[in-house]
Amino acid sequence: MPRHDRRIQKVNIMAEGTFGNPKVVEEEVDILIIGGGMAACGAAYEIGQWAEAAKAKGHNLKVKLVDKAAMDRSGAVAMGLSAINTYCGENDPADYVRYVRNDLMGITREDLVYDVGRHVDDSVHHFEEWGLPVWKQPGDEGKPLTQGGKPVRSGKWQIMINGESYKWIVAEAAKKALGMENVQERVFIVRLVTDKNDPNRVAGAAGFSVRDNTLYIYKFKACLLVCGGAVNVFRPRSVGEGGGRAWYPVWNAGSTYAMAAECGAELTMMENRFVPARFKDGYGPVGAWFLLFKAKVANGMGEDYNALRGDIIKDEKRFGKYGQGVPGTCLRNHIMLEEMRSGRGPIIMDTPTALANLAKNMTPKEVQHLLAEAWEDFLDMTISQCGIWAGENIEPDKRPSEIMPTEPYLLGSHAGCAGIWVSGPTDVGAPKEWSWGYRSMTTVKGLFTAGDGVGASGHKFSSGSHAEGRIAAKGMVKFVMDNKDHKPEMARTTQELVDEIYAPVKTFLEHKDYTTAIDINPHYITPKMLQFRLQKIMDEYCAGVSTYYQTNAKLLEICEQKLEMLKEDSLKMRAKDLHELLRAWENYHRILAAEAHMKHIQFRQETRYPGYYYRADYNFVDDQNWKVFVNSKYDRNTKKWDLKKVPYVQLVK
Amino acid sequence: MPTFVRTDKCDGCKGQDKTACMYICPHDLMKLDKDGSETGHAMKAWNQEPEQCWECYSCVKICPQQAIECRHYADIVPLGGSVQPLRGTDSIMWTIKFRNGSIKRFKFPIRTTPEGSIKPYEGKPKADVSKIDEIEFYSANSIHKTDRSQLISG
Ligand SMILES: Cc1cc2nc3c(=O)[nH]c(=O)nc-3n(C[C@H](O)[C@H](O)[C@H](O)COP(=O)(O)OP(=O)(O)OC[C@H]3O[C@@H](n4cnc5c(N)ncnc54)[C@H](O)[C@@H]3O)c2cc1C
Ligand code: SF4
Ligand code: SF4
Repeated sequence: MPRHDRRIQKVNIMAEGTFGNPKVVEEEVDILIIGGGMAACGAAYEIGQWAEAAKAKGHNLKVKLVDKAAMDRSGAVAMGLSAINTYCGENDPADYVRYVRNDLMGITREDLVYDVGRHVDDSVHHFEEWGLPVWKQPGDEGKPLTQGGKPVRSGKWQIMINGESYKWIVAEAAKKALGMENVQERVFIVRLVTDKNDPNRVAGAAGFSVRDNTLYIYKFKACLLVCGGAVNVFRPRSVGEGGGRAWYPVWNAGSTYAMAAECGAELTMMENRFVPARFKDGYGPVGAWFLLFKAKVANGMGEDYNALRGDIIKDEKRFGKYGQGVPGTCLRNHIMLEEMRSGRGPIIMDTPTALANLAKNMTPKEVQHLLAEAWEDFLDMTISQCGIWAGENIEPDKRPSEIMPTEPYLLGSHAGCAGIWVSGPTDVGAPKEWSWGYRSMTTVKGLFTAGDGVGASGHKFSSGSHAEGRIAAKGMVKFVMDNKDHKPEMARTTQELVDEIYAPVKTFLEHKDYTTAIDINPHYITPKMLQFRLQKIMDEYCAGVSTYYQTNAKLLEICEQKLEMLKEDSLKMRAKDLHELLRAWENYHRILAAEAHMKHIQFRQETRYPGYYYRADYNFVDDQNWKVFVNSKYDRNTKKWDLKKVPYVQLVK
Repeated sequence: MPTFVRTDKCDGCKGQDKTACMYICPHDLMKLDKDGSETGHAMKAWNQEPEQCWECYSCVKICPQQAIECRHYADIVPLGGSVQPLRGTDSIMWTIKFRNGSIKRFKFPIRTTPEGSIKPYEGKPKADVSKIDEIEFYSANSIHKTDRSQLISG
């Protein structure tokens, strides 16, 4: 397609785009929210009021939200959830920091965690007010949390909910706060664009609609990048029809990490990953089973392996002091993996005994209710687990189920802490370098993040991500008011962005008739095959399931080379329709997220998270040299990563 | 269990320009076959990439014709079971059919307020822009009480 043929249109001039010749819509706003998940909804809600207040001071803020899907069901909470995992309630936020620090093997940004801890309950109170059913203790039914209603806790920090419509409810509040005219759904953002006059400042974002051949280019003063974590970077355990059955949402493709890295933002702790132990194949949650129903696990021989061999993590040479107290999630995985590696699998959760024990002092009606709760736990957030139980005739009160660690995921809001380095609060004693003016801003001026985007501060979950989005909203409003007269100018032209984003379409149209079979063509690679290649590389070289999560320097060196070639080949991806164009760019984001993960694991010469991954050549926790953050910066032009250690500082006693 | 659409029930959302299932699928899987050229069934929807389906049931719950069901991932699950919801405005009903024919039914609340009734800022204080540097959210009194003696150098 010759360049001059492309029709560039300003907003409001309507013209039909065609495949290969998209309409271009350009729009300037003050703040762009990229993503429509929990963090984005929090930001949208909080920002409405501050924007209103800013008006009085003569700032007329224009805010827009773009989501690749429909907000009612987008992101990790699409299916719903059965618990809110972060609610402080009677606990002090400092205690929350201790719990997160311990679970993440000692290294977290305690300023960020503390800030989430002291803010999170307000978001939960809003959810309840908006209509989310929160379970209450007997006698307190119908009494809101804000009026002292006691929630049902499944753990010190978790409260139970009837959460089928959780996202629907939270999205309704967000959409109303922003106004539907400021929400654009089904637009996938491909990249951020830096400012022409300042390479360390973000000025815009470009993406495309998966519905109508339209390319969107937004110019802004500030943006919130909240596209969730990265899933299907590693080969999933199921590679057939079940390939989409990841534990974390298969549609979150690492866009947050990839776009931030390409824009020059400093990432942190990208070596961290989450490998949850879940019900096998369906990945149904085990939290309520362990915490609420007090279920026990055994190995294939029926042994209580935790009692028999759980003390392996007390080996200080290998695990430092981390195995002494309450073990972090990765260490519990490690004990399980040792059983499996030694041929003593499968790991089995004894659901019948747990339910029978609970039923001992119950009436038949109460037992029935308990069983319903067990099913609801899945129906609210992992329906496929019920599908597996139904298909295999498993009734949990009669037959036990297998537990298994999943493939790795990269995330910063659940029990992991991969993400971006952000500016923290100034009042909790953090080093000055941890804060540079605007809360939640990354090291790139104007670029903010929250939820899965914020690194080194896990365990925020749904509620904490919402609260963190709200915290970031305030930072952005302040930034925009302080930069009132700044005029963003993009470092790249509209035409360059169009050419780049529609390249897979062009490649397809140019070469499709070269062969008779549309998928096999020497001039291009389908996004699907690219994804398979990525997953194979990561699985076999970067500590995926096929190596029992092990790697070493040599394997990583090969991984590096293979990823480089894969990145080159990503320029030859084809898109035969808009759906495939979506897959193409998702997979491009996955490659960058994977590369960051690999580089960080390569840099950190120790095994900080045994049970999640092992550096077999440095198979121990090394607090002496590695009780530090690892931060990285990517240069999009040279394609080189720069990594460094950043000192960890303890802030909470 | 990727979703499938029953030919006898789907009416293509009566030819509206966006179908409910296309609108809602977070992974852009559901598609309307306008002229039947892709499935042989004109004006009916289908799942265009079943091996990417998260089985989130968003499409199943929203379909006005109850035309969408799931056939559990064939590479994992034996045939014959099914899990089907009926989502109302304040509760959801689930019917679980086992391979051996036994059936369980559950009903759970989903929402305590009418859909569309949220008034985000009603009854809330106004934000005060001079307080943007403070840690409070706009809604004031939003900060959990903290014991600052727990901080090393607060
Ligand atoms: C199975 C499961 C169980 C969980 N259990 C619990 C629990 O019990 N309790 C709890 O509190 N939390 C739980 N969580 C965690 C919680 O859901 C997450 O912590 C939270 O949703 C993270 O919020 P987020 O905004 O960062 O990402 P998400 O909510 O995932 O939102 C990401 C958003 O970005 C959009 N997006 C992605 N890429 C792009 C792009 N390139 N352009 C535009 N938009 C894009 C997506 O459509 C989506 O709207 C669970 C999550 C899962 C998956
Ligand atoms: S929502 Fe239901 S009726 Fe509408 S197109 Fe989809 S399957 Fe057909
Ligand atoms: S179940 Fe979810 S992922 Fe699968 S097609 Fe329906 S909406 Fe899409």
